[in-house]
Amino acid sequence: MSRLYRDQGVVLRTIKLGEADRIVSFMTQGNGKVRAVAKGVRRPGSRFGARLEPTTHVVFQCYRGRELDVVTQVETIDANRQLRDTYAALTHAISMLEAVDQVAQERERNVGLYRMLVGALKTLATQPSPMVSAAFFWKLLSLEGFHPALDACARCGAREPFVAFDLDDGGVLCEPCGRHGGRRITPEALDVVGRVVGGGLNGVLSSPPPPPLLHEIERLAIAALEHQSERRLKSAALL
Amino acid sequence: MAIFEGPVQALIDELGRLPGVGPKSAQRIAFYLLKVAPEDANRLATAISEAKARVTWCRRCYNLAEGELCTFCRDDRRDPSLLCVVQEAPDIVAVERTHEFHGRYHVLQGAISPIEGIGPEQLRVKELLRRVEEEGVKEVILATNPNIEGETTAMYVARALKPLGVRITRIASGLPVGGDLEYADEVTLSRALEGRREVDA
Ligand SMILES: [Zn+2]
Ligand SMILES: [Zn+2]
Repeated sequence: MSRLYRDQGVVLRTIKLGEADRIVSFMTQGNGKVRAVAKGVRRPGSRFGARLEPTTHVVFQCYRGRELDVVTQVETIDANRQLRDTYAALTHAISMLEAVDQVAQERERNVGLYRMLVGALKTLATQPSPMVSAAFFWKLLSLEGFHPALDACARCGAREPFVAFDLDDGGVLCEPCGRHGGRRITPEALDVVGRVVGGGLNGVLSSPPPPPLLHEIERLAIAALEHQSERRLKSAALL
Repeated sequence: MAIFEGPVQALIDELGRLPGVGPKSAQRIAFYLLKVAPEDANRLATAISEAKARVTWCRRCYNLAEGELCTFCRDDRRDPSLLCVVQEAPDIVAVERTHEFHGRYHVLQGAISPIEGIGPEQLRVKELLRRVEEEGVKEVILATNPNIEGETTAMYVARALKPLGVRITRIASGLPVGGDLEYADEVTLSRALEGRREVDA
């Protein structure tokens, strides 16, 4: 087997290594999450330039090292430049990258997740709404097998109205059940979540809900994500 | 995981906490220090404790200082209306080497890093806003790193400064002098195009 390989990927995060290097994590098309060393990338004038900055979509070549792979070549597919133009777009983009970093397994192909991330970054670049990342989190959860139960109370099976969402039960709670747990949620927010996970994403994106509602949907998505991965989404603090 | 006897392991653990030092390097440095002459090791220990005892943060700009104010804040010839904002104290050294800047500095002591959960409240941003209001600053130059963290920080600081009506500029990004255009990446090159200027002929 050749020690060289090529793949496409999105740069998820970078960690400083030594004097001038970085360890770069990619979400790739063919190899799941990949970590590789980019030598000299922190020096101005490095041949990698800005190609290995988080949010960038690239084609890269690596050789397999004993401990870590080493990046030998990088070409840009899409720099997603608009994401770097505003604070809001950048922080939302990074929260998506962090979520993928937590969920993706190293060397485990996950094309669905890869495609979803590439698409979401592109959407956020052209349409910088916080709805994009909120929707992304819900889609990510359902890709990972967490489908929120939204049609009937997750405890007793009762129908609407629902007043809460319980992370352990994985769904909505009716009024009596909601008295003893779950997080408060408005029917409007539940409606949007239902549309996002039920194939109505484009409609939601073309007319995003007002900020307070959006905030509610985003917070619930983050809570669900953190509950599922059992890890904190650190970048959420800046949203 | 403690493999060695108490004091040796303690030394390895401490060294391993230094930035850029992994467990293997920590072990290598520890054994090096144990092998050298006692006076050599003691010189290092003294240098560390002396520096810690005498060097503090400038209470105005958060650069390193011996005493209340750093050398730049004490120097009356520096222009107080021009403020250069950097992430860390060593960045000042880099700017100073250009001999192009004669204003004062403000050290944020870090950069916003969403993925590490480092937010603006952990940086010296409030202190910067207060200085701009109190010191008659006319222009703030944002000289944070041209990477994701530095850019996030620059955008945040610019947004926070805006209501104060001060001129806010960002250091230019572009092609490394001495390099070849064909090797430039798209982001760098498009920044360079945006930052183009007239040529005197
Ligand atoms: Zn119920
Ligand atoms: Zn000072």
